[in-house]
Amino acid sequence: MVAVPAASLVFAFFASGLVLLATGHNALSSYRRLFDAAFLNHGALGDTLVSATPLAFTGLAAAAAFRMRLFNIGGEGQLYIGAITAAAAGLYFGGSGGPSAFAIAAMVAAGCAGGAAWALIPGILRAFFRTNEIIVSLMLNYVAGYLLTYLIFNSQSYFRQTTGFNASVFPTSKELPSSAVWPAATVHVHGGVALPLGAGLAVLAAVLLWVLYARTRFGFEATVLGDSPRAARYAGMRTRRKIVAVMAISGAIAGLGGASQDGDFRHTLDADPNGLQRQFYGYSGIVVAALARYNPLAVLLVAFLIGGLQNAGNSLQGPDFPAGLVGVMQGIILFSALGGELLVRYRVRVRRRDRAGAAPAPEAT
Amino acid sequence: MNNSLLVVLVANGIGFGTPLLYASLGELLAERSGVLNLGVEGMMLIGAVTGFWTVERFHASTGAALAAAVGVAALAGAATSLIHAFLVITLRASQIVSGLALTIFAGAAGLSSYFGNDFNLGENPARHTFHTVFPASWQRWPIVGPIVFGHNVLVYVSWALVVLVSLYLTRTRLGLNLRAVGDAPAAADAMGINVAAYRYAHVLVGGALAGVAGATFTLAITPQWVDGITGGAGWIAIALVIFAFWRPELCLVGAYFFGALQDLAPELQARGIHLGPTALWTNTLPYLMTIVVLVLVSASSTRRWLGAPAALGTPYVREER
Repeated sequence: MVAVPAASLVFAFFASGLVLLATGHNALSSYRRLFDAAFLNHGALGDTLVSATPLAFTGLAAAAAFRMRLFNIGGEGQLYIGAITAAAAGLYFGGSGGPSAFAIAAMVAAGCAGGAAWALIPGILRAFFRTNEIIVSLMLNYVAGYLLTYLIFNSQSYFRQTTGFNASVFPTSKELPSSAVWPAATVHVHGGVALPLGAGLAVLAAVLLWVLYARTRFGFEATVLGDSPRAARYAGMRTRRKIVAVMAISGAIAGLGGASQDGDFRHTLDADPNGLQRQFYGYSGIVVAALARYNPLAVLLVAFLIGGLQNAGNSLQGPDFPAGLVGVMQGIILFSALGGELLVRYRVRVRRRDRAGAAPAPEAT
Repeated sequence: MNNSLLVVLVANGIGFGTPLLYASLGELLAERSGVLNLGVEGMMLIGAVTGFWTVERFHASTGAALAAAVGVAALAGAATSLIHAFLVITLRASQIVSGLALTIFAGAAGLSSYFGNDFNLGENPARHTFHTVFPASWQRWPIVGPIVFGHNVLVYVSWALVVLVSLYLTRTRLGLNLRAVGDAPAAADAMGINVAAYRYAHVLVGGALAGVAGATFTLAITPQWVDGITGGAGWIAIALVIFAFWRPELCLVGAYFFGALQDLAPELQARGIHLGPTALWTNTLPYLMTIVVLVLVSASSTRRWLGAPAALGTPYVREER
């Protein structure tokens, strides 16, 4: 269970170490600083949670769909759309004063609805026209990204700040009213760690998702549909409904991640090309889900680890710690998780070539 | 006449469409062998950064430096695609996850960015760039001037490549074998075709062409290095292969059409024409049109007729033949 993900992490550190060495860096001291910046330095844990929270959402979104072999790789776009709809709700329902439960609930609902609606496009196309959901959800990521940019940079939309000096110099988005800013609980260890509301919601979503897949008929049927569509059809399971429902759930979780971006961290609809759109939370979420082997509870742990990596990468970025190392490591983690999975599934036997010259083939067990 | 909107759009569409054309021809070859490679964006960025690095560090005449840069970009792209090839052909891993991993590994926040930052490539414009081939007087000829004679050598090579790929797929034994591998690997194997070798070769060629596509950005279109300079062109190239029904000549049409779309918003703005939210629909149209085409090709009857390789995305397991 744990061997493949753990070995993947070790291999990824080893292989990225080679990249560091080949480009003239000291791998060990780089890793030391990476680890310190991720988990040990003053305030590091709080920053790691900032990166880990969205990864938990996108990781759960990917895990929910991949479990059923529905490759929703549109988490990125669903997160953007969730951020847009949640910002609309926050701007509309929020007022001055402290956090209002109503405004926050409206943002949560709107974020889920937005993400789910965006995911329903590939979901419905897949269910009713057998259109490849991978490419459709992927294409929609870019559509969502351009929509987000358009709302702030190329239009006079509801989200854009149109008054004030700054707004006349550079396009900016409206700040959320104070009652729509999500509260955070502070734990007084190690210089204070802020637990964002979104992190709590992610834990809740993970537990619900685990219950759904491990303890309900719906989850069982979805798993069977993924593993053996034929058996599921013979058993009379409703394929189309389930595809649509699972895609909606997956999109809703990613959309909630977008709402949390607005409410917890950015307090505005972030359309900056170097802001939310440069974080690639949706794609990293797939790494998280794969490393967690699509187990919702494991997603939380992996999101924390990868979040630490991402946070350290952001804070260490500089001449002796080139940006991009984190992406390299994430890619290698995913490669090795993939390769490791197959080494578990197939027993590799090396045989000498026989006289006919047949190549040694891995044997399926 | 040469300033009319249509001529400008076609001419600029050819320029902007050239990286899309290279990358989509490469992806087309890989997909015709049955391997979907979602790592195009990553391979393009590796080609873009290594090509740029070469012209910055390799002191030679412009021609030699540029030729070396394109060669290095192609090699780097091919080397990157080797990871994907090994994982999906030899280890039979999921082509989708592996391709995505390749883009995360090499892409805008990965190895290409690492190289660019570590070698401080982001400071200067390129030392050598591709320029138009034909004399300026030719380029002033009405219509054919900008459209036919107004380009750099990469554009003309890509035209030759379209012809070559088209002939390869329809007129050569190797090309016919390739189509057999992509449509019915078991039958191809029974004919004595080495399925794995064909798949490896075409994934690698696809990677090399994606590398050249990336170098087109850093050496011709916007001759400098910025993280994520391709801006999603790799995904458009993947879309384009579907949009072109897996045919090289339609890749050319589609690439120039999508290229012209990229140029449409600024051209309309410069002429004071307002057609609704131009920036939004010109940017999203390639993706939306691809979705429409995908829905059309997903009915299995039209799918075969339109030319989708039947075994696309599925590993070939000899023991399960």
